Amino acid sequence: MSEEATVNNGVNVGALLEAREALTETPAAAQFKWRASCNWENGTHSSSTVESFFGLGEEQSHVREYSFDADHPEIFASEDKGATPVEFVLVGLASCLTAGIAAVAQNRDIQLKSVTATLEAPMDIQGILGIDSDVRNGFEGVTVNYKIDADASQEDIEALVAQSQKRSAVFDIVANPTNVNVEVNSTA
Amino acid sequence: MTARNNGQASGTVDTIVIGAGHTGLAVSHCLSERSIDHVILERGEVANSWRHERWDSLTLLTPNWQSRLPGFSYSGDDPDGFMAMPEVIGFIDAYAARCEAPIHTQTTVTSVRHDSDVYTIATDRGDWHSRSVVAASGACNLPSVPKVCDNVPANIDTVTPHAYRNSEQLKEGKVLVVGASATGLQLADEIHRSGRPVTIAVGEHVRMPRTYRGRDIQWWMHSAGVLDEGLDDVDDINRARNLPSPQLVGSHDKKILDLNAMTDAGMKLVGRLMGFQNNVAQFSGSFRNVCALADLKMGRLLDTIDEWAETSPDAATYEPSERFERTRVDDAPCLAIDLCEEGFGTVLFATGFRPDYSWLDVPVLDRKGMIRHDEGAAKMPGLYVIGLPFLRRRKSSFIHGTEDDARYITQHLESVLPIL
Repeated sequence: MSEEATVNNGVNVGALLEAREALTETPAAAQFKWRASCNWENGTHSSSTVESFFGLGEEQSHVREYSFDADHPEIFASEDKGATPVEFVLVGLASCLTAGIAAVAQNRDIQLKSVTATLEAPMDIQGILGIDSDVRNGFEGVTVNYKIDADASQEDIEALVAQSQKRSAVFDIVANPTNVNVEVNSTA
Repeated sequence: MTARNNGQASGTVDTIVIGAGHTGLAVSHCLSERSIDHVILERGEVANSWRHERWDSLTLLTPNWQSRLPGFSYSGDDPDGFMAMPEVIGFIDAYAARCEAPIHTQTTVTSVRHDSDVYTIATDRGDWHSRSVVAASGACNLPSVPKVCDNVPANIDTVTPHAYRNSEQLKEGKVLVVGASATGLQLADEIHRSGRPVTIAVGEHVRMPRTYRGRDIQWWMHSAGVLDEGLDDVDDINRARNLPSPQLVGSHDKKILDLNAMTDAGMKLVGRLMGFQNNVAQFSGSFRNVCALADLKMGRLLDTIDEWAETSPDAATYEPSERFERTRVDDAPCLAIDLCEEGFGTVLFATGFRPDYSWLDVPVLDRKGMIRHDEGAAKMPGLYVIGLPFLRRRKSSFIHGTEDDARYITQHLESVLPIL
């Protein structure tokens, strides 16, 4: 018991489980809306911000506004003022899975010592350049490689990573189709 | 075949049992032991679902020695065999013949209401009144089909296991089997053998070897206490109640029915069916992970069995521990198939079943349409349910799990009957 009590991955699993129970009773409060806004700077450079979101039945906000510069590398004749948009997708996937691993580990009383992910996603850019219409624009696939040091067996660590994928929003977004509506409002 | 439509088609009794399948008959047996006045109402015949809503080749997932009900058990000479449907029907018919209570067959319950502490059970042959009701109407009344079913291309047939009898009713062409539980894999196997090439869309599934260390997996789960696990033994009862049936088939050759066997037979495996874009079926990129989850979960089950085996006095008689090859997954599993272009004729949705409570006008259903209950006692005094997955224990969905549940709910019912 004392051993279990010392497991601390910095995740308040108690609060998460309470929220889960509460939201089972009030499914309306579980309806969230995530937002981002993006402003074109120059060339392929844009800056995006996130601050507000909707959840638990009301407007919410982060403790502060976060901003992200996106651009393309110099070999694309760009100025490389930020990460490439597709790299943000990898960042989103990695950080979602990693957060999930920490939460699941806490729930299963597994102390994590280190968790490192490296991601690689091959892409044939003949797609985005319109050279070959049979080539898709996006990734041909994504490989995530985890190195995890934890007080657990290899099987238990693999189970953490598998459970994290099962519960991951970004894994679902990347692995499954999503309808995307892009609308245009003239500012004129 | 039992036909007992004689006698009154309405009246007042202590308890109405809805359904004359194995669970309803088991409840009746236990009620009779307690001298509780009751009748059984059955929409069709005894064992109706087994008779009319199952495919031809279905066999039980449990060996014959596990076919037992309160006061009744398998008495044949093949305890390790598996019953086909005619045998299951014969088994339940024989049990019904010993039933002391009236069974009103061909009597469909159209509504159950609860007013002023009295249940009114309306049927197409008259109304009954009682202080208590046991819904033993089954867990698999309706096929549970995902919304994407609506978007299957128009010239391709869709079939559910309720309508499926055998592969000959399918038109020529490839078949997409959606679902990889016991039903999905059994039907995929049989359809593929009929010469119709099969692709299986695989979501979360439960992998299990038919035999392990020389004995049937059900024997191990029974002996190691896995099947007796109750509500306090699982983290998430909703999850336990919604687990797909394990990838098992009851056959004389004790064959293992897993995804590797499907691959070896020449079937194609893809991820969970997510939707259709025109004629193109889209599959999830999570295929590798659902296989990893199932492989790891099977490993934990086998660990539990091994731990139990070591402590058993018969440890020396068991064959050595074994582990199975991981599920083989292509480097880049297929994400989309143009069903028309690729020559598919049928999509079979083996995506589970759910009970039908359209007749239940008592406010006990949750937002998913399932009865809210505590170990079979519904959230309305006097109303009980039986025969649902993990009603009280992991074995609740099996025939041999019925006895414990029937005894528990009838004891509960008897204890509250004086105050109902």
